[in-house]
Amino acid sequence: MTDPIAAPPRKDPQQRTRSPLLPPVPRSRAALLMSAAAARGELHLQGCLSCGARIYPPRDACPTCLSVRLAWQKVPDRGHVIAETTVRTTTDAYFRERTPWRVGTVRLDIGPVLMTHLHGDVETPGPCRVRAYLDKSGNAVLMALPEQETPNMADDPELRELTATPKHRRVLVTDGRTAVGQATAHALSDAGASIVFIGVATPWLPFDGQDTLTAIPNAQIVPLDLTDATSVRELAGEIGGKTDILINTADHVRPGGILSRQGLTTTRDEFEINVFGLQRLAQHFGHGMVGRGADGVNSAVALVDILPVYALANWSAWGAHSASAAARHSVLQCLRGEMRAGGVRVMSIFTGPVDDDWRQPLPPPKVAPSAVAQAVVHALENGTEESFVGDIAKDVLARWQVDPKTLERELQG
Amino acid sequence: MSVLDSLTAEIASGGVRIVDLTHDLTPDFPVMVLPPEFGQCQPFRMEEVSRYDARGPAWYWNNISMSEHAGTHFDAPAHWVSGRQLPNGTVDSLPLDKLIAPVCVLDFSAESAADRDFLLTRAHVEAWEGDHGTIAPGHWVLLRTDWYKLVGTNAYLGMEKDGAHSPGPDADAIRFLVEERGIIGFGTETVGTDAGQGAHLSPPYPAHYILHGAGRYGLQCLANLDELPPKGATLICPPLKIRDGSGSPLRVLALVPGG
Repeated sequence: MTDPIAAPPRKDPQQRTRSPLLPPVPRSRAALLMSAAAARGELHLQGCLSCGARIYPPRDACPTCLSVRLAWQKVPDRGHVIAETTVRTTTDAYFRERTPWRVGTVRLDIGPVLMTHLHGDVETPGPCRVRAYLDKSGNAVLMALPEQETPNMADDPELRELTATPKHRRVLVTDGRTAVGQATAHALSDAGASIVFIGVATPWLPFDGQDTLTAIPNAQIVPLDLTDATSVRELAGEIGGKTDILINTADHVRPGGILSRQGLTTTRDEFEINVFGLQRLAQHFGHGMVGRGADGVNSAVALVDILPVYALANWSAWGAHSASAAARHSVLQCLRGEMRAGGVRVMSIFTGPVDDDWRQPLPPPKVAPSAVAQAVVHALENGTEESFVGDIAKDVLARWQVDPKTLERELQG
Repeated sequence: MSVLDSLTAEIASGGVRIVDLTHDLTPDFPVMVLPPEFGQCQPFRMEEVSRYDARGPAWYWNNISMSEHAGTHFDAPAHWVSGRQLPNGTVDSLPLDKLIAPVCVLDFSAESAADRDFLLTRAHVEAWEGDHGTIAPGHWVLLRTDWYKLVGTNAYLGMEKDGAHSPGPDADAIRFLVEERGIIGFGTETVGTDAGQGAHLSPPYPAHYILHGAGRYGLQCLANLDELPPKGATLICPPLKIRDGSGSPLRVLALVPGG
């Protein structure tokens, strides 16, 4: 059983904030393919298309038959721990601060033997499941977990390095005016966040659900308008030093494409919030978060953005909104590289059409705001870099993985 | 001594006081709220270009953006459909003599405090004339409600499920001022020249419809009207010279006699 992490004491103002360090960064291109799957929370291994061997670690050629016809495949996660050791000293600066560190070898039921981190509740020898995570450098690492959930399992110190769990952390939800923002604020409070700051723009305009926000016991309503650089700067000045998880729930959505709209006023509103708003948040909160990437139990750990899956390919009926989503996706990719310096994860929650006022004319399936909120919590607790919520988002991803060009044509109706 | 020399001397000596009727242009100043399926009025926004830093070491400046109808602003006749075909209906072609003119200030702040949906009627205007004399042609008329003191509170717009709530004129009052008093324009402290519930009057938004249909002007989001006398002040309100502009943020000043 894992010892539960206690709520951290208030920060000692005389203590220097520890600089964030990263685990080893370089990887072969073959290994990065494993990272791509891990980014979506999946365990993929190479298989040889010539002789059928399962291959680990990643290779450029099959160690059995020397074929270069290798393919990455999702594999079952069950296995057994064969052996373990505990690293007590190391010259690596990142791990030096985190010893003792338990590692072991696991034989997957499908054959290959993997080198993994070991959760504290895994016994040697014994059964386990293996999960691929991204470490703070954005590289896939494997961790052996207990077969079943164990008490306080997420509080294992090795596992907590690989996730962005909200427990004891302070969260900013950027747009409390929307159903998605409200559901996310509730979900983060339920998931153990110590404070949930909830941004509200134009507070002089009343909105549905206002009362439920003030009822969240550890919530604080704060003024925040993503279109207003002054507003973002002022809020960052107040809470930027204690924002551990930033969740951008803002999304300005209107129907229509480029030709079907007259002028750019509505499109500009979409870009102001969806693209430039995200950048204002990143510029004003990002430096503080990167600097606090190793600041104890409640270190800064993740920037989460909820965006439409039409970031991957344009849905022309909502084409201008899709264009803003594509730009937003690109901004997130940039931030992922920039914020990695602090080990801060940038997470994308891709959704199908949300079941909200603006999508009222659309037929099901639509994504309930509560489902988006649960996906945010799940991504944080599992360190998942890209999540796809709802049947449509999953379907778009699957089609995109087969061929983006075909998907583009399909979405034009 | 010329008239202008006398005026500037009076201003310098304090014999004529300058009252600023303008709010600060800030990002959090509310703008007119329309149903969300319509195009929206953009509030004032400011992005720093440089501030004595790597982006420009010796200078500070900003890029600003906003609707023509953000902050303290001027409405030209072309703003409304009723005035769309009038000559000189946009801010770049306004006759300049209308922009420096005498002003009457109708104080209905007590009535507005008692009823946020207070409607100024013809009878109210006539009662005011009974106290202060007839409004002569070629005047601006400003409706004082002290609403400017509510800026920064939710009560300024008074937005609720059934729309905004703030005082303004009814159609008869505006028609009377335009047709029988020959005013240049009409100004308010609220976010528009019409009442918050003006969409439900007949015609909808009567101040906009009647003023602009008759080639008259509007001023809104004015401040400090409580510092003006009922009569005797001079209004100075030239908008920006935006080609084909329907309105413009502006600095509104009043010259007030006496120390």
